[in-house]
Amino acid sequence: MGEENKVMLHGNWSSPFVKIVHLALTLKGVPFEYVEEDLENKSPQLLKFNPVHKKVPVLVHNGKPIVESLIITEYIDETWKNSPQFLPEDPYKRAKVRFWSNFVQQQLFGSIFTIIKTEGEAQEKAIKEVSEKLQLLEEELKEFFPDGSCSIDSENVGLLDLVFCSLFGPQKVEEEVLGLKILDPGKTPLLCSRVTAINQLSLVKELTPPRDKLVAFLKFIRENALKSASG
Amino acid sequence: MNINLDFNYKSIKPFIFICFHFGILALVFSLIVHRLSQTRKDALIGSLSLITIRLTVDARPTATLIEFSNMEEVKLIGMWLSPYSYRVIWALKLKGIAYEYIEEDLSNKSPLLLHSNPVQKKIPVLIHGGKPICESSVILEYIEEIWPQNSLLPSDPYERAIARFWIKFADDKSPSISNIYRTSGEEQEKAVKDSLEMLKTIEEHGLVGEKKFFGGDKISMVDMAFGAVAHWLGVIEDVAGLKIFEQHKFPRLNSWIQNFKEVPIIKENLPDRDKMLALLKRRREMLLASE
Repeated sequence: MGEENKVMLHGNWSSPFVKIVHLALTLKGVPFEYVEEDLENKSPQLLKFNPVHKKVPVLVHNGKPIVESLIITEYIDETWKNSPQFLPEDPYKRAKVRFWSNFVQQQLFGSIFTIIKTEGEAQEKAIKEVSEKLQLLEEELKEFFPDGSCSIDSENVGLLDLVFCSLFGPQKVEEEVLGLKILDPGKTPLLCSRVTAINQLSLVKELTPPRDKLVAFLKFIRENALKSASG
Repeated sequence: MNINLDFNYKSIKPFIFICFHFGILALVFSLIVHRLSQTRKDALIGSLSLITIRLTVDARPTATLIEFSNMEEVKLIGMWLSPYSYRVIWALKLKGIAYEYIEEDLSNKSPLLLHSNPVQKKIPVLIHGGKPICESSVILEYIEEIWPQNSLLPSDPYERAIARFWIKFADDKSPSISNIYRTSGEEQEKAVKDSLEMLKTIEEHGLVGEKKFFGGDKISMVDMAFGAVAHWLGVIEDVAGLKIFEQHKFPRLNSWIQNFKEVPIIKENLPDRDKMLALLKRRREMLLASE
């Protein structure tokens, strides 16, 4: 592969943000080289390409770095115009997709992360917040999909689907680690069926890490957080 | 010479007919336009320009030639003290878009706001043809797409990604600035530290290359995203009695602030400094008293 049109993705297997970009590239059929970063020992390249945040994912296209998962995905959409188109054509619908993708990735993810890292009262508060936010999302999905339609194939995956997929894996590891359900089909049926549908895609299945690895990783994060909280 | 008038008259009769009726139509049209509100006149001019541009420049067959969406009513729910509100005002004014401004009392949120932004109940909210768009960065991208004149984002995908990076950075880090006046003690120290880091990052990574603005020679939505640094920070420093932005430590940022505030639309649309100072001081007293 020459320098012309060379695509590299610096990532880490455990990061949901990397997963979005990895999926986006794979769905578009863009050939790329994946570089696994050890987040405890970041490569000089990563630090050079993302000096501000020093984080993954970083997409490097023709030697030029792009960072922030949602920004990278829009870049991918604008540069490789074949389907699937992750953002809709209509500006109003685009605005809604951008708003909700940000909401899910920042606010919802933030609250879920709090559930993982806390216990007792702090955890209860976070659980309540997540439940409220999921309800808001469910209401919005009813507008996005008024006929409850949920068929997804590799040609019509949208940005919001990628974000869901990055957060809600198929194995529901959080149930094992936390002893509670984050997604409840009884409360948010449309969201759950959307998440299930996207997790069925073979491309997505291939990118899902092994269950034990994920469980161990989440347990490790939780234990560490609780330990440092209790001081 | 015998001029055959009959023949000439017959051949030009349809022509006279068309001209006469076209004239009547033009008269009626101008009477209607004359009676339109200024808002609608501006919108009509905007649309006709856009249609002309689209017909002559834009070869995309999918773009509807007559896009009256940009003629629909535009409303902005904002708050005079909020830099996020101003981002949208600046964008609308730079593009010459007529809009109705609605000042929101955030201590007593209106049904319109709660209905338009049920998720966050925050301003700014843009309402276009009755449809609400929330989050200032999302609003700016929407405005750019509906009204492409006086572009506020580069056209190259890589440059756009860079612009979006800095807008997100501004979104994520700007709250530290307002925390300076909202907090005291350790919390305030952290807010000051975070704000300084933000300024340092912009200085070292955002304004490299002797650029007038973040995107080069022209103002863009990135500059607007950092409006809080240009105008609000100075006032907040006074409220808190702290000096954070030292000109000699941030020469690029200092130049940028001068350039930014000299742009006429920006200069003419900034909240009054004294008014801000008085209100923020009162707010700080109330916040600290309740602690």
